[in-house]
Amino acid sequence: MKISVCIKQVPTREWQPRLNDTKTWIREQDASYEMNEPDAYALEEALRLKEKHGGEVVVCSAGPARVAQVIREALARGADRAIHVEDDGLASADAFVVAAALADAMRDERFDLVLTGLQSDDQGFAQTGVVVAERLGLPHATIIMDVQVNGSALRVKRELEGGWFQWVAMPLPAVLTIQSGINQLRYATLKGIMAAKKKEIRKAAPPATAAAARQKIVRLYVPEKGKKTHMIAGSPAEAAKELVKRLREDARVI
Amino acid sequence: MSIVVIAEQRQGKLNRATWETVAAAQQLAGAGTPIAIVVAGSGVGAVASELAAAQVKEIVTTEHAALEPYTPDGFTAALQQAIEQLAPAMVLLPHTYQTRDFAPKLAARVDRALITDVTAVKVDGGQTVFVRPMFQGKLSADVVPQGPPPHFVTFQIGAFRADQAARGASPAAVRALSVTIDASQLRQKPEAPFQEAKQAVDLSQAERIVAVGRGIKGQEHLPVAQKLAEALGAELAASRPICDSGWLPMERQIGSSGQTVAPKLYVALGISGAIQHVVGMKGSRTIVAVNKDADAPIFEVADYGIAGDLFEIVPAIVAELNK
Repeated sequence: MKISVCIKQVPTREWQPRLNDTKTWIREQDASYEMNEPDAYALEEALRLKEKHGGEVVVCSAGPARVAQVIREALARGADRAIHVEDDGLASADAFVVAAALADAMRDERFDLVLTGLQSDDQGFAQTGVVVAERLGLPHATIIMDVQVNGSALRVKRELEGGWFQWVAMPLPAVLTIQSGINQLRYATLKGIMAAKKKEIRKAAPPATAAAARQKIVRLYVPEKGKKTHMIAGSPAEAAKELVKRLREDARVI
Repeated sequence: MSIVVIAEQRQGKLNRATWETVAAAQQLAGAGTPIAIVVAGSGVGAVASELAAAQVKEIVTTEHAALEPYTPDGFTAALQQAIEQLAPAMVLLPHTYQTRDFAPKLAARVDRALITDVTAVKVDGGQTVFVRPMFQGKLSADVVPQGPPPHFVTFQIGAFRADQAARGASPAAVRALSVTIDASQLRQKPEAPFQEAKQAVDLSQAERIVAVGRGIKGQEHLPVAQKLAEALGAELAASRPICDSGWLPMERQIGSSGQTVAPKLYVALGISGAIQHVVGMKGSRTIVAVNKDADAPIFEVADYGIAGDLFEIVPAIVAELNK
């Protein structure tokens, strides 16, 4: 089975946001980056499917040169090769533009299955995987917690809200967006890291006629507080005393 | 030009989030812009009648046997036809899992803008601007759609209040719009929805909840939170990553994929406050947050906040409670 995994490089969880001069995007040069977490689960699921059914896992990422960091990491975890659609503008592009770049780069590969995370930890559109499916003309399912492959038949467990699930069958090839927690992640071994250095990363140019951007950020800012939060300072013992007093006397919840 | 709201129903039962989207549509429409609510499915008469109470121009049903059960292929086909006939300026939806499953496909099919997870709407210099969270809630963005209408917008659950949707003096007109769907072209074959296991704990009934997030660092540290829960007479719960790691069972997860709770007291320990968690607990009466990052988004919804090391602060709270 030939599986593609679309991964995105996003700022780390510890990153403290700083804005660019026009306050329309982050200062990319200040950020440290990592693999988008739901994409890491998608990669793990692809590696497990390959172990069970054989075949090949190809990671595909769209972004500037720095994206090579997460591509190398995916190769070190066990992906066989990679496609990198390299373009500086893709770091801040909307889901339609990124999905068009990914779909164009993947089309001729004729993958049996395309996996990606359900959304990214940066812009959080929750659109890219579904738009890739539409552009490739493939069926899709979203927020998936289990993947079963039997020949050319696919059966997936889709998460609904409030603890409900649903099995959905569909033919291959197909596109799935993977939910975090579907599996337990593996980490790269030293052997994997060494092997990754010899693996192919094919550079793909972005589409000659780029898809039109469908949304524009006019201002980016730290959110205004919706609620007046009483911040309690002091040593742990002092803060604890003050908090318990407030909860007893003002909030009256204990 | 009009505004279309896409209602959400499952097996003939209306999803309450639809009313929130109606409230958003009424705010956006102002006076003079007609609103139509589209209900797609099979056997949606009762849902249409329920929605007819809203102060809108009309309810439009697109009934077809192939729309029950829901599939993204079926809904995309039906709603594409409805939108082409109604030719609205905007198409509004609640940001539910079902919307996330078909709306990107529908918007891509007609090649129109889709702005997701919107929390507020502003008018800035005559231009309608949509506010949405980015970077896990660390930042907010003012976003404008690009390209020709209709523009698709999905609203975060709780961003608008269902009880603020204006009701009309008399029921709105209900009309059927026929759509053609070739059932053999629907590639997804869904089975009946099910719950994984009987919910052993119903956290929605708990008066007090102590919830842990990534800041707890490891399963071996859970007793720190457990002791606080015992001292408060609270249930122990968690954000998604803790349950993903298997440190606590999935049935104790709070958030969009877990349980929604509104206890008297909610104590968030080491939880950053990603929106997927916040939607499940922001209705709590009193919220306490302990987090080492003073800029964590959880402090935006907290009534009381302590910025510091939970491993020092939580034992101090337990000691204070036990005095």
